[in-house]
Amino acid sequence: MASFNLYSRGDRIFGYANATLIGLFVLSTLYPFIYILSVSISSGAAVTSGQVVLLPKDLTLAAYEFVLSDRLFWIAYGNTFIYTFGGTAVSLAIMIPGAYALSRARLRGRKILNLMVAFTLWFNAGMIPFFLNMRDLGLLDSRFGIIIGFACNAFNVILLRNFFEAVPKSFEEAAKMDGASEFQLLWKVFIPLSKPAIITVALFCIVSRWNSYFWAMVLLRGEEKIPLQLYLKRIIVDLTANDEFASSLLTSRYSFETVTAAIMIASIIPVLLIYPSIQKYFNRGITLGGVKE
Amino acid sequence: MIAGYLKRLGEDLRKDWQLYLLILPMLLWIVLFLYKPMEGLQIAFKDFSPFRGIAGSPWVGLENFRTLLGDQIFIRAFVNTITISGLGLIFAFPVPIVLAIMFNELQSELGRRFSQTIVYLPHFISVVIVAGIVINLLSPTTGVVNLILSSLGLDRVYFLTQPEWFRTIFIGSNVWKEAGFESIVYLAAIAGISPTLYESARVDGASRWQMMWRITLPCILPTIIIMLIIRIGNLVEVGFEYIILLYQPATYRTADVVSTYVYRTGLQGTQYDLATAAGLFNAVIAFALVFAANRISRKVSTTSLW
Repeated sequence: MASFNLYSRGDRIFGYANATLIGLFVLSTLYPFIYILSVSISSGAAVTSGQVVLLPKDLTLAAYEFVLSDRLFWIAYGNTFIYTFGGTAVSLAIMIPGAYALSRARLRGRKILNLMVAFTLWFNAGMIPFFLNMRDLGLLDSRFGIIIGFACNAFNVILLRNFFEAVPKSFEEAAKMDGASEFQLLWKVFIPLSKPAIITVALFCIVSRWNSYFWAMVLLRGEEKIPLQLYLKRIIVDLTANDEFASSLLTSRYSFETVTAAIMIASIIPVLLIYPSIQKYFNRGITLGGVKE
Repeated sequence: MIAGYLKRLGEDLRKDWQLYLLILPMLLWIVLFLYKPMEGLQIAFKDFSPFRGIAGSPWVGLENFRTLLGDQIFIRAFVNTITISGLGLIFAFPVPIVLAIMFNELQSELGRRFSQTIVYLPHFISVVIVAGIVINLLSPTTGVVNLILSSLGLDRVYFLTQPEWFRTIFIGSNVWKEAGFESIVYLAAIAGISPTLYESARVDGASRWQMMWRITLPCILPTIIIMLIIRIGNLVEVGFEYIILLYQPATYRTADVVSTYVYRTGLQGTQYDLATAAGLFNAVIAFALVFAANRISRKVSTTSLW
């Protein structure tokens, strides 16, 4: 704003106070991340004696060495990659064609189908029936169960459908004139034209897959299939109470705290890597999602 | 009539088989994973035994619900659910509104973009990490909060074992995680305000403080009301996946909510029928609330277009 000088003294004070308050909010958002990072690269002795408050003390990568040499960490990391990218691919493969068909006016029963989708936004069977259903389908303790059981979600379907509906008729007609089939129409016209919506939905799927732990905890039994978040949960939450394990980790180089902090950082890094593209697309996705059914 | 419908459907299927083929996987999925589980809701009205299966278990009418309503733990969980949501409504709901207005008042474009990038970030971090951060910061031995307390000469507090602290910790860390991201909705509303309003106010000599109260806030009021109604519609839903990570038997008194009760009795304790009844009880109230909220919202959003 070029007209800065037009502001009165009161306005300027207001502006400074406002900027200061935002600065404080930003700092308090950042602080826990900085703290965890500092803990993860400090020595165990410094952390357990309470010397790490903001900046790291006695820089060391010992905690990371410990974590990165844990076989289970890599298994969990690999599993999370499978669930995240396999799951997102399956989600898109089911939801894109489905949402496209729902967006076509001549689909018979479209009203009922739309209602069926929207209803699940407001009501679902709940935890126990869903669990029993997964059991009946033989999907307990199965990687496939984790991938397929959470493939669709009404919000994403509606978002995609609305976007497909907004594609101008002229594109469709031109392609039809050339004798394109529905498959070609979807693949060559609608998908390329709807890239922003599809990327938004893909990012929604990736983030929620990467971060979820609850159903993995309920459905999976063995250690070999658990995702990273569940591995994290077992170490951070379940073992905190278990002092014996916690103290067994304590050496002068690393401690329970530095090790858990290192795992947390290792799990945040991929999110930070895709965060710029999330920033780019999510705002648009939010406004898209706001459209009425 | 039905024969006619089927005939037309048959013709459509032949003509547009590609379209039906495209929707088939999703339709199957929705039926298999969203509607088929609803069959399992019957066990809320049965004396369910996994060996006899759903069909083989005898009906008991409302017995499970009667048991629930006589169960102090369930009543406590229900009250806790409402309490946590209600406190969230009072203390957490206004934060994103204030944030959005403050962002809007920020003069530096660069500073605004930078601070928004930072405050949206925690939304994308998993609840497990957030719980881990909370556990770390509040640790009685190495946590920063207790280090500060003890350096001030105060007693250390093991916050996560104290029922009095649970709600504060839960709501506070939720604000940290979500308030920034939730401000997006209000920022979008602010972006829609006509600049001419501010220009003419400026000509009249209004200060920024006055414009904030007399223009920005009234203009986003409809959005605030709609968000408030949505929030009321979700009154019986709390982030139980996060609560499960933070609570422990010592804090059940304030921390145990209906969903965590369902999880414990059903999935950890295998009392499937009782847990399903509890879940259904909650879901029906949630559905009614959402439905009512939707109706009010429709009224408000049309009348609020003055």
